[in-house]
Amino acid sequence: MLYFPRWKIFLIVAICVLGTILTLPNFLSRETLAALPNWYAHNRVNLGLDLRGGSHLLLEVDMGAVIRDRVEGLVDSARTQLRNDNVGYTAINAGDRGITVQLRDPAQAETAVRALRQLANTIGGGPLGGGQPDLEVTSGGVVVTARLSEIALRERATQAIEQSIEIVRRRIDETGVNEPTIARQGSDRILVQLPGVEDPDRVKRLLGTTAKMTFRLVDMNADPSAGRAPPGTDILPSSESGRAQTAYVIRKKVEVDGANLTNATAGSNPQTGEWVVNFEFDSIGARRFADVTRANVGRPFAIVLDNKVISAPVIREPITGGRGQISGNFTAADANDLAVLLRAGALPAPLKVIEERTVGPDLGADSIRAGLMAVGIGFVLVCVYMIAAYGLFGAFACFALLVNTVLTLAALSLLQATLTLPGIAGILLSLGLAVDANILINERVREETKKGRGVFGSVEAGFSRAYSTIVDANLTTAIKMAILFVLGTGAIKGFAVTITFGILISLFTATVLVRLMMVSWLRKARPAALPV
Amino acid sequence: MFRLRLVPDNTNIQFMRGRHAGLIVSAFLSIASVVLFFYPGLNYGIDFRGGIVIEARTPQAADFASLRHTLGQLNLGQVALQEFGSPQDVLIRLERQPGDDAAQQVAADKVRATLAQEIPGTTVRRVEAVGASVSGELFFNGMLALGLALLAMLVYIWFRFEWQFGLGAIVTLLLDVTKVVGFYAITGMQFNLTAIAAILTIMGYSTNDKVVVYDRMRENLRIYKKMPLRELIDRSINETLNRTLGTSMSTLLSILPLAFFGGEALQDFGIVLIFGIFLATSSSIFIAAPILLFLGENRLRRNAPADGAAPAANPTP
Repeated sequence: MLYFPRWKIFLIVAICVLGTILTLPNFLSRETLAALPNWYAHNRVNLGLDLRGGSHLLLEVDMGAVIRDRVEGLVDSARTQLRNDNVGYTAINAGDRGITVQLRDPAQAETAVRALRQLANTIGGGPLGGGQPDLEVTSGGVVVTARLSEIALRERATQAIEQSIEIVRRRIDETGVNEPTIARQGSDRILVQLPGVEDPDRVKRLLGTTAKMTFRLVDMNADPSAGRAPPGTDILPSSESGRAQTAYVIRKKVEVDGANLTNATAGSNPQTGEWVVNFEFDSIGARRFADVTRANVGRPFAIVLDNKVISAPVIREPITGGRGQISGNFTAADANDLAVLLRAGALPAPLKVIEERTVGPDLGADSIRAGLMAVGIGFVLVCVYMIAAYGLFGAFACFALLVNTVLTLAALSLLQATLTLPGIAGILLSLGLAVDANILINERVREETKKGRGVFGSVEAGFSRAYSTIVDANLTTAIKMAILFVLGTGAIKGFAVTITFGILISLFTATVLVRLMMVSWLRKARPAALPV
Repeated sequence: MFRLRLVPDNTNIQFMRGRHAGLIVSAFLSIASVVLFFYPGLNYGIDFRGGIVIEARTPQAADFASLRHTLGQLNLGQVALQEFGSPQDVLIRLERQPGDDAAQQVAADKVRATLAQEIPGTTVRRVEAVGASVSGELFFNGMLALGLALLAMLVYIWFRFEWQFGLGAIVTLLLDVTKVVGFYAITGMQFNLTAIAAILTIMGYSTNDKVVVYDRMRENLRIYKKMPLRELIDRSINETLNRTLGTSMSTLLSILPLAFFGGEALQDFGIVLIFGIFLATSSSIFIAAPILLFLGENRLRRNAPADGAAPAANPTP
């Protein structure tokens, strides 16, 4: 165990030097880094949001709303389809996962089933078919039910979350946040990390808006204060509380959908100086918009956003150019946000913020300072103890400890792992745990010396006897940390990461590196007795 | 040549004399901890209970009375204020708001707005708002982590040692963990994700310590074939005493700065780990070893051949 071939020595030294080089970019100033090649300068530890400041948001997609949407659509299309097929019914009811139709005549059940089957979308399958319908239609006498299948529900959920992530990404990109992280978590959640964002208020507002915009006609014959909407209409509130008219009776039929918008920008109306949002339609939208405005000159046309009426201007003349303007007593910020929302598109379902953790940048800086100080003091204390207890061999252990910390940072930099505040605690704790190997070895060496073994014999026996104990002892901690890494969330994961690296690397530094130092010293100094 | 020795080299303390006392005291403390766990219970932090924590720094020393009054008027349930670090730093804790997860957001924004209005110049340095569904999952995952860790240890030690050692280590570990939970109950420290990390760390540390002492016992079982188990255990503990205390010392020294400079989040973590180091060190000697003595008397040597050849039951890697 005491003989090191030349290549092995070279390898050990090379690892240490390489580790130091890889760690360096973490400590260089911005100017120095700019002069270095990119791949090297980027080799830095990622600071977690708790250290660099920023906002962590966990969003949940309201899957109930996704299904409700589909069911409501089903009611509408069932009504049309049954009417076309001349099936008489007394009621169509929306349930949790489907609809039930009450037929007038049980003899028509078969026709009704066939009619409802036509409403199914095909899911799965390739270009050659082979998919299956998303509706299960069954009949029992006068009652016919159409239920969304289990697979359909899952498919919808997957679609909704993927679409939501895309929209969230577009909206956040519009706000100019640097390096946001947007990732799916579980079946219905989206994790959003926004470095440097101190007050996530605007982002939360942007993400909290579904931004489903529709253009619908106003029913002029009904009174919105009556409290009951006539069939085929909704009573919707105005988006502003200060307006003279606080609610409108709006037809359910969507004339033009916001999905047909191609662009939206905030601007000001040259005549009134008011903030407005200008929008453009794609060709389908433009055609529909032209048709509707041509047929309804003189009537109010409501612009509805998330079931609130932004405004309901009266159509003065047909608008055929596919361009329009929304005015609604906006502030500059309102107009801007609305433009962002319209450009990015509507979310398939409402999003809720279910967890927020925000750290201001100055608290992050304080944490880094406190963390560095704690690591520095911890290092000095451990070293003082090791040298007091084991003299020169203790000093070897301290040097190994330094290399251990450097290599841990190098590993974190190389893997672009995230360093969090608990991660710093992990580095600190691994300082104490890493020297355990050296304490074990040194105590063994002492014992062997007392038994009367020679200098080399004691060191040899000390290492070989202690080794299995060291591996055993460290493995137990590593197992715990692996569990913590898998089950922990957020910053706590960082603790598991640094401590695992610290321990694994200590198997190299505290044993191999220290052994090399001890052996080199023994060969050079040829001591008569060991300094332990 | 001066060398710091935590105990003199030829220490020979008869630890096993105190085996009954050690076990009884430990069992008592653990039972008390379990009682404390149920009544008055743990002070669960927002990770596990949901709710809101806001850390704010006021321009002058914070006026807690007026702050409490102002925030109390928001009707957000119980508002707990705590000074930490400097008199300008205030920690505001709100109970989980009734309603869905989004209700936490509304309340947090209310407090933010109120702070900005009532004490101009206040900076909000940290906001954490956790809803019920998230906190429920975090709690489940935390408990799952503890359970899996115990199981993993059981399997690991079972493979690595004879069953007497494994049982001894697991019983000791259970006794250790309950006491750490009791420590949280007595001190009223926030029991959150960091607490789970602390308990796992202490478990790792404690097992590590037991492994070292057990390793030595097993080695001595092979060397001293005629020595009574009790004497052999005492001898093993004494031989590893400097290492046990040395590692405890080095770990303690590395954790000490955390308890002083760790900030709100890590200070408690540091303190619990310090408690855990004392706990793990003492349990190696006073709990794990006596259990082995009770279980192993007349049994541990049965597998060993009497003629002094290498024992078959002890695989050494």
